[in-house]
Amino acid sequence: MQYLKTAFAAAAATAIFAGAALAQGKPQEIKIGIATFLSGPASVFGVPAKAAAEMIAEDLNKKGGIGGVPVKLSFIDEGAGGEALVSNYRRIVQDDKVDATFAAISSGSCNQLVPVAEDLKVMNFMWDCGAASILETKKYRYNFRTQANGTPEMLAVLIYLLKTKPDFKTIAVVNQDYAWGRESWEIFSTALKAMKPDVQVVAELFPKFGAPDYSTEVSRLLALRPDVVLTTAWGGDLDTLVRQAGQRGLLQQSTFVLGIGESSIQRLGKDLPEGLIVGARGDHWFLHPEKKNDPAFKAFNEAFKAKTGAWPIYPVYHMAQAFTALQTAYDKAIKANDGNWPTREQVVDATAGTEFATGFGRPVTLRPEDNQGLEAQLVGVTKSFPGYDFKLLDNMMIFDPKVITNPAGVRSVEWLKTLKPEFAKMDVPTFKQ
Amino acid sequence: MNSTLAILAVLDGISYAALVFLVSVGLSLIFGVLRVVNVAHGSLYAFGAYLAATFSIKVAPLSPWLTYPALLAASIVIGVVCGGFIERVLLRPLYGRDDVLQLLITFAAFMIMDNLQRLIWGVQPIFAAEPLKLLPNVTVFGVNYTSYQVILLPAVAVATLFGLRYFLRRTLAGAVIMAVTEDREASTSIGIDARRVYFVTFIIGASLAALGGALASPTTSLVPGMGADMIVLSFAVAATAGLGQIEGAALTALMIGLTRAFVIYLQPEFEVLVPYLLMVLVLLVRPYGLFGATQMRKI
Repeated sequence: MQYLKTAFAAAAATAIFAGAALAQGKPQEIKIGIATFLSGPASVFGVPAKAAAEMIAEDLNKKGGIGGVPVKLSFIDEGAGGEALVSNYRRIVQDDKVDATFAAISSGSCNQLVPVAEDLKVMNFMWDCGAASILETKKYRYNFRTQANGTPEMLAVLIYLLKTKPDFKTIAVVNQDYAWGRESWEIFSTALKAMKPDVQVVAELFPKFGAPDYSTEVSRLLALRPDVVLTTAWGGDLDTLVRQAGQRGLLQQSTFVLGIGESSIQRLGKDLPEGLIVGARGDHWFLHPEKKNDPAFKAFNEAFKAKTGAWPIYPVYHMAQAFTALQTAYDKAIKANDGNWPTREQVVDATAGTEFATGFGRPVTLRPEDNQGLEAQLVGVTKSFPGYDFKLLDNMMIFDPKVITNPAGVRSVEWLKTLKPEFAKMDVPTFKQ
Repeated sequence: MNSTLAILAVLDGISYAALVFLVSVGLSLIFGVLRVVNVAHGSLYAFGAYLAATFSIKVAPLSPWLTYPALLAASIVIGVVCGGFIERVLLRPLYGRDDVLQLLITFAAFMIMDNLQRLIWGVQPIFAAEPLKLLPNVTVFGVNYTSYQVILLPAVAVATLFGLRYFLRRTLAGAVIMAVTEDREASTSIGIDARRVYFVTFIIGASLAALGGALASPTTSLVPGMGADMIVLSFAVAATAGLGQIEGAALTALMIGLTRAFVIYLQPEFEVLVPYLLMVLVLLVRPYGLFGATQMRKI
């Protein structure tokens, strides 16, 4: 009996001490460091994304946080660029001791910060940058991309074009002269050559990033009369190009394809005509055909509009994806740790291969082989609808990411070269607005 | 390249040159008189553009034609308020001191104004095309052009060039400015208030920078960072022309505009390099610029 009493007391003491240890293990807050553009031209993405992050964090904390722990955000400005960005990133990881980082929008920033995150052993979500090559050239443990990369984004737009305008013979491109402009054209043109080799590229124009004037490019395109004009420009550059092209009749003469134009639709308002093909860098649209009647989706969109004056654009949804991925990973890690608070390494382990759903689009899977997110792609065509002073997307197609993303371990361009014309004939569901 | 495309390229080149001249002439004027390299010039351009767009958006519902005086009003407001402040408060205490200090203080002004711009107008692109939409398109060889870009902007640029020439060479106020430009000490000794001349000249130069922005505003999206891009181009024009040379700025702008247009038609990948290649080529042959004169240096 005495033996049993002693054993019971020992067990109780162990439980009490273990409980105390658990209580100590659970942090007071989960610190998240976010790299986003707060200055410069790309702040058109970064500032709405910051507003979304603050909104999501506030809502999350009201509901008890992640695993009962509130989140705390700190932001660093990608606009600082170069060494300043890396220094600030190191500061928030080493001095502020953030638990995870979301970095970044620009592929240039991701190229800089991904190796740093790996060195510092901090979990990083590439929440918006699109360069495919980052995860194709090296396997990382701590870096994940919580959205697609440029390959499925461009491929979806191209397949939409091939399905809806199958008879075009000539194409011209007007992209910004920097990494994304060049890489997106390489993806698009490689796939186009593989699937429709008879198309002639009549002009490849790469005006300076931030160019205030496209008059000469517009004149040249008006003279060349290509069937299709592709641009993957964004922000003020895209707005200027579309408006200058519209004022001079180019938008009516050629079929315009705005590779990532979803983010400009509201700003362009009535200056954007009907019939332009628009990509959304994911299945992101504030009137997503499969989600538009979902109360949570509607509530989020309306709250964002009330806060910022505009409906959410794709970087906002990308930010939401990063938060949901983090929450899902923590929940999974806590469960795997028998309800105890997990270590950082356990959270990283849990993140690989995770599938998560924001409810604002189709679920995203983090492919375990290369940590690349598999994200559906939505493409549509602009059309006027009553009640909106800007065009909406119609005849939307949502592409399955497993079909249009290059397999893990195969470089994008090499995979695109293997595509056949039949590839574009895949079945894709189409949705009316 | 056939003759049709060549004519189109010339039209594009003239249109672009007009804008480049309007933006850079203020920088040249200020340097010519004050010997100050005004790094804040790009911010004055951006402020002119943003304020013009703000005014245009406000007055357009009353009458779209009011947007034209709104462009001019914005230029004057920015020139007087911002230009006056920079010269009177920031630059005046530094006259006669090391040139580097003037460069640093105008750079500081540029940084402050760049942030102020974001605070006032936000980060989303702004577009106010009403003045451009009021004028009809013209068709040349089947290609549409906006009258605003191929007629109005070049006309304003030519008027600005000849207006400045007339002002500086045929009016008393212009003669006073030219006297201070030639020899500040001598002009002061005969009773000219050089400080006042500097103040007025800086306001004129700042107003011209703002006018460049205001006239560009109907054609382009106004975005954070637009001033930084323009200051680099303006320096290239001013250096190629010869610092302080107004006619040189006009000729250089025309050279840049035409060369850039032909390059876009023939070898578009070199477009970005055009202004700087021209600058290097000119400075190799004429180190003081196209119209710059060799200067004596006191040791």
